[in-house]
Amino acid sequence: MAAAGLLALVALASIAIGAKELTLAQVWHGLFQSTGSYGDVVVDERLSRTVLGLLVGAALGLAGAVLQALTRNPLADPGLLGINAGASAAVVTAMTFFGVSSVSGYVWFAFAGAAAVGALVWFLGGSRGATPVRLALAGTAISAALYGYLQAVMITDDAALGKMRFWTVGSLATATDTTILQVLPFLGAGMVLALLLARPLNAVEMGDDTARALGANLNRTRALSMLAATLLCGAATAACGPIVFVGLMVPHVVRSFTGPDLRWILPYAAVLSPVLLLGSDVVGRIVARPAELQVGVVTAVIGGPVFILLVRRRRTAQL
Amino acid sequence: MRTVRKTTPDTSAPAAAAGTARPLGRALRAPGGLSLRLDARALAVVAALLLAALTASVLLIGTGDFPISAGDVLRTLVGGGDRGQEFIVRELRLPRVLVGLLVGASLGLAGALFQSVTRNPLGSPDVLGLSAGATAGALVMIVLFSGSAAAVTGGALVGGLATGLAIYLLAWKQGVHGYRLVLVGIGVSAVVTAVNGYLITKADFVDAARAVVWMTGSLNGRDWTQVWPLLALFAVLLPLVLSQARGLRMLEMGDDVSYALGVRVERVRLVLMVSAVLLTAAATAACGPVTFVALTAPQLARRLTRSPGPNLVPSLCMGATLLVTADWAAQRLFGADQLPVGVVTGVLGGLYLLWLLVTERRAGRI
Repeated sequence: MAAAGLLALVALASIAIGAKELTLAQVWHGLFQSTGSYGDVVVDERLSRTVLGLLVGAALGLAGAVLQALTRNPLADPGLLGINAGASAAVVTAMTFFGVSSVSGYVWFAFAGAAAVGALVWFLGGSRGATPVRLALAGTAISAALYGYLQAVMITDDAALGKMRFWTVGSLATATDTTILQVLPFLGAGMVLALLLARPLNAVEMGDDTARALGANLNRTRALSMLAATLLCGAATAACGPIVFVGLMVPHVVRSFTGPDLRWILPYAAVLSPVLLLGSDVVGRIVARPAELQVGVVTAVIGGPVFILLVRRRRTAQL
Repeated sequence: MRTVRKTTPDTSAPAAAAGTARPLGRALRAPGGLSLRLDARALAVVAALLLAALTASVLLIGTGDFPISAGDVLRTLVGGGDRGQEFIVRELRLPRVLVGLLVGASLGLAGALFQSVTRNPLGSPDVLGLSAGATAGALVMIVLFSGSAAAVTGGALVGGLATGLAIYLLAWKQGVHGYRLVLVGIGVSAVVTAVNGYLITKADFVDAARAVVWMTGSLNGRDWTQVWPLLALFAVLLPLVLSQARGLRMLEMGDDVSYALGVRVERVRLVLMVSAVLLTAAATAACGPVTFVALTAPQLARRLTRSPGPNLVPSLCMGATLLVTADWAAQRLFGADQLPVGVVTGVLGGLYLLWLLVTERRAGRI
């Protein structure tokens, strides 16, 4: 309940705070008795931004929790493992070389990129024998390679530079209703799949042998988890660019009060991640007023120290 | 993590498989108790790499809008060319090639040091966020102050050093361990990369284009003013690093063993890391973050020498060869000064990662 209340509060803040100050009365007016006045238009624009933030936040949180359980790795995060970078490289390719400009067109490229990099990192990291360090290194190295590719595209094509330099940071600023509608089916499917996977993933977390003894179908669970993560990360990245660390932080916070049961962790992550994402977005709007700091920058600046803290706190054996 | 060891002999190498694992070594002993083991194969590799680097350099000097044949280049270098050639070679292309050689050598050496200290073939300065830090410093100068080339160089230097210091301090906890260093570096790298992205969105279009070219790493328009500082730094750091190489070799067996063998673990590690950070920062300041040279050079060198241990000198030569060859390839394939060298090394790095995927994974050594 407290989590849901917090979410409502942040969503309200996300509508009320921005370059144009609005009173709560104006927000109320815009939400429920819209007449098309200036204040109402502002509320309408911020509403789509907030809704997209909610969806993408929940997607990244769920994807992070699923990946952490799947890889049995406390440091797994869609951004850190390079999955978001894969999706964005694919999207840039689609925009520049194939002239795809609609979200519904390049979301498929995003899925392909996310899935390809996910598989690549998993193999490069050593599959079953993967340790957190190996996976993180493999993800970072692949991200670096893809980043180099993005830069090569931006150098050779001025139009791409104009567009990409904003998109590759990760921002909610360009949200529109059509974007939301176009990614909603994929995000919805991914979220439902992720929540359904809670019980089988619980078994996976106990280790291969125990899971098999408990009658879990390991390969099916792994494949479905990868599918869920790909759907969630691909659609989220297609909608607002690569965003790091949200999927890393939230599951850790949640685990501290729910314990290790994924049937609790996943729903809580789905509710609390948007709090983080929208909160970061609001902070970005307050800090750099009247311009704004992109949400991807804020989450990275908040998430980096948290990540380092996690690394320092854990004992070697747990990593 | 202790089992992750990059120093185990490469069992897939044919020589090891054939049972000739013992290298053709020869020890030099000086009267004062000093001794130095010379590995014939490593010496041959170094010689071959130097030859390759020189060949690529001569070819690179001859390449451009005004092509010069290799014979003319050599003649001009020793002082026998005509005036036009003299100007082009001495003033325009020689400094560029020298910067390329020095930067490549610095990156190769820094990569070997970092991979050895972190005991991981992927633990190179570009993955650990040092290049990103140097980039951030340069971007601040380009975007916020529209600074001159010298200011950008200074900013990159400061950014790289500050990032290195931050990573070391954040990873410090009764000593710096390989795995923590790697993870903290990755965290710092993610933060700095996001900040870099923000700086680029803040820039106006001309600055952004300049920043992106800088961020890819380019040797265009380098002159003698960049050669001398690099050369001076190299002259100081190379002997320092080589004097600590023995300690580094011990460190690869693990901290406990090293203590027992009388190595001052933290001191050796600190000296080597500071050197590696300085080398990376200087190289990045000179021509931007050229990706993946630091990652690939030590690995390729190790495969050529087939010897365990840090392989510092072969890595250094390999880095120089790689960078100059990549620059030459960039100019030949895409026309003069069309694509910066960083794009070519980036592609090479991607191929290297794929190859790593196939071989290293099978051996379980990443």
